[in-house]
Amino acid sequence: MLNCKEATELMSQRLDRELSMSQKIGLRLHLMLCAGCRNYGRQMDFLRQVSRKFPQRED
Amino acid sequence: MENDIASLQGDMLKFARIQLRDDSAAEDAVQEALAAALSNRKSFESRSRLKTWVFGILKNKIVDIIRDRIRSPSVEEIPEHAYDDLFDENGRWQEDTRPADWGNPEKSASNGQFWQIFELCLTRLPENAARIFMMREMLGLETEEICKELGISSTNCWVVLHRARMGLRLCLNERWFKSGGGNAEL
Repeated sequence: MLNCKEATELMSQRLDRELSMSQKIGLRLHLMLCAGCRNYGRQMDFLRQVSRKFPQRED
Repeated sequence: MENDIASLQGDMLKFARIQLRDDSAAEDAVQEALAAALSNRKSFESRSRLKTWVFGILKNKIVDIIRDRIRSPSVEEIPEHAYDDLFDENGRWQEDTRPADWGNPEKSASNGQFWQIFELCLTRLPENAARIFMMREMLGLETEEICKELGISSTNCWVVLHRARMGLRLCLNERWFKSGGGNAEL
């Protein structure tokens, strides 16, 4: 069973490479049970989105 | 059109400076990108198309400069155990570090103050970690390309990116979302 620390590593790596099937399943199971990591995952997606917008931002 | 180009210059400089951390290199890159834009100015009927295009040139210039500059960044720039305190001995979030819901963070992206914090958080990351993160996320390079350019293994690249994201998330959490920035009325 994955712990949160390992889950955060996989949630970063899935932005950079295709995870193996067992990693995907392990991560999915962990996320079903862990609200903190679900939040973390959404925040990683957000980091990607805002970083892409950064060059074109208006401030 | 000359006016449009001049007004882009400030944004471009900011963008280049934060990535290169070197004012004169940033100015050179911007100048070269602008010179290319000016010589093609007739082909741009709108400002937004010009902006996209001129930033595209600037990105390429920045990548070239970074390529020349870093060959083998240290993976240990952010130490292996830097974020261990966030987790207990079983690798679970601590009570007070468990990520909270950021609500609707997308709306922050239209808030100028948010971008200032974002920039600040980027500059607080160690230099090479920030650079690799920006090559990946702002310049849109594939991880494989980055690793190859920098002469580090894919695994190390993933580790650096993970630590950079971890650091950036923590900083945004502390300085923006936790202090209510995510809920600020625009």
